[in-house]
Amino acid sequence: MTVEAPEQPAIAPSRLAPADTLRAAGIGLRTRRLRSVLSALGIMIGIGAMVAVLGLSESSKSDLLAQLDRLGTNMLQVQAGTGIGLGPGTLPEDSTAMVSRVGPVDTVASVRDVPSARVFKNDFVPSGQTGGLSVLAADTNLMETLQGSMTAGIFLDEASPDYPVTVLGAVAAERLGIRTLDQPTRVWIGNEWFTVVGIMESLDLSPDLDRAALVSVQAAETYLEEDLVPTTLYVRTDPVSVDEVRGVMAATVNPENPDQVEVTRPSDALEAREAAESALTNLFLGLGAVALLVGGVGIANVMVISVLERRGEIGLRRALGATKRHISLQFLGESLLLASIGGIGGVLLGSLVTAGYAALQGWGVLIPTVAIVGGLVAALVIGAVAGLYPAMRAARVSPTDALRTL
Amino acid sequence: MMLTQPIAPPQTALSLRGVTKEYPGTPPVRALRGVDLTIENGEFVSIVGPSGSGKSTLLHIVGTLDRASAGDVHVAGFDLAALNDKSLSALRSQHLGFVFQQFFLLAGETALDNVADGMLYTGRPLARRREMATEALDKVGLASRAGHMATKLSGGERQRVAIARALIGNPRILLADEPTGNLDSKTGASIVQLLEDLNEEGTTIVVITHDREIADGFPRQVSLLDGEIEHDSGDRR
Ligand SMILES: Nc1ncnc2c1ncn2[C@@H]1O[C@H](COP(=O)(O)OP(=O)(O)OP(=O)(O)O)[C@@H](O)[C@H]1O
Ligand SMILES: [Mg+2]
Repeated sequence: MTVEAPEQPAIAPSRLAPADTLRAAGIGLRTRRLRSVLSALGIMIGIGAMVAVLGLSESSKSDLLAQLDRLGTNMLQVQAGTGIGLGPGTLPEDSTAMVSRVGPVDTVASVRDVPSARVFKNDFVPSGQTGGLSVLAADTNLMETLQGSMTAGIFLDEASPDYPVTVLGAVAAERLGIRTLDQPTRVWIGNEWFTVVGIMESLDLSPDLDRAALVSVQAAETYLEEDLVPTTLYVRTDPVSVDEVRGVMAATVNPENPDQVEVTRPSDALEAREAAESALTNLFLGLGAVALLVGGVGIANVMVISVLERRGEIGLRRALGATKRHISLQFLGESLLLASIGGIGGVLLGSLVTAGYAALQGWGVLIPTVAIVGGLVAALVIGAVAGLYPAMRAARVSPTDALRTL
Repeated sequence: MMLTQPIAPPQTALSLRGVTKEYPGTPPVRALRGVDLTIENGEFVSIVGPSGSGKSTLLHIVGTLDRASAGDVHVAGFDLAALNDKSLSALRSQHLGFVFQQFFLLAGETALDNVADGMLYTGRPLARRREMATEALDKVGLASRAGHMATKLSGGERQRVAIARALIGNPRILLADEPTGNLDSKTGASIVQLLEDLNEEGTTIVVITHDREIADGFPRQVSLLDGEIEHDSGDRR
């Protein structure tokens, strides 16, 4: 840097106010609208994808948590192991009583397979067509244990009427074409008409029951098949002792062969589903990041072309007193503007997609702030990086060469 | 904003002593070969010469857009060799005005904003710049076109806007490179008339032209040939 001789008068340096820098940065966008929008599109798609993925996974997770909260993670399901040579397993007759004696157990309900019985809409349907529906004999406290609810009617209760009654699972009711119970409705089970007294809501933790027609144990033994034994126990425990109860369950149910008893916690399956979804989320986030990168390259490309095209303007600005820094700030600003248009557009797009899909799924919309802020910050960072090289090139344009171009 | 002006404005607007300019290459191009030239404040000078004789190169050097390879250049009282790039930019923004053959108006802006851009790098607020631009446009007779986009103007009007942009900051020296080069002779004459009026008000004006007829109307002519001053009608040596 040269030092000014002492007798030289001082010159106030050139200045470009921040507002003027922004205005100058916007000129390219105003004069080349279509190109600007197209070059911002890549960033918009990338940010949009990432916001949508984060928003959807967050919305579905919060839905799942609400669901788990509602269903509870304190239910255990006990079945006889169906290992090689064991055949469809059964549990000892007194297992219900044994389990209910375990301290932290709140309620226990058993379900018994009625393998010989099928359920039909009427007595004309050939007996081969079961429609994948089963007939189960259930304890009357099953509904309470599962904390389920009824779409219509009531569940089985102690005061059994003189005639046979049944309660249908959600899927079973649908397959049998039964939606309401406004009219007296009957189905054909075994060789008997059963009056439908209730339809259950879908049970997220025990989908097997959705596909079943439930009858009371007493009715099953009276009208269908004798000597039924428990096949599945549903156990609701004190929430803080779930693991302890789980530990002693096998030995309690079948003290002689505890290894033939299978104890599961159905809510684990929901949590596993969540884990699988988060792996998918990561994959989509990665794809979004690639789109973002491509968008950044697109902006850099457009900016380099813009610098070449606008050499005349650069030369003029230098003649008007712009320093190299003013020129580079202008082009960097233009790149940042392009990227923030993409970023804002992307956040809007992602939010819209999330809101739309969540509404479709009946979830609450939840777009994490970190996705919105992160999306905008990512866009700005990409814009800054993409604009750096073009801005440097613009600053290096020789004003005399630029002014010679026609 | 207050500018610190030279304490006593020097008599001399521009002075070149033994200025050469060499462009690197094989062989190197010697665009200027030892030019001596002094232009006093308030002069109205034309520079003529065949294509490639170094007229634009000379204008760029006195306009501080390029540096001489050798020799002394003083502009508005400043020794250019002693100024860094930033100071040269500041000098241009405050003391020099430029007019080019190609106008170089910004397509996305109105005539008014193009003129206001003449003071863009002085740090004055936009409202003040527009106020001054209105005045400058009035001076070149284009007040009625203020709101028109630059692209919608005729060639003559564009050059008037460019002149308004050059004079808005009231520069001491106005440098014009073929300002009538893209205009028909009648429009060109009106542009020269405009420059003459400005000169009457005290602005030092240097105009490059290849139009002999226009050049003959100037009180002083400098003609270049092969990077050297071939003739200077105002040389008092
Ligand atoms: N950047 C450069 N690199 C190399 N040579 C250059 C460069 N700029 C100008 N020249 C050469 O310097 C010489 C003078 O050029 P200049 O533009 O000053 O001429 P001019 O008198 O303005 O001509 P014209 O009337 O055609 O505009 C020419 O021979 C030109 O080719
Ligand atoms: Mg020239």
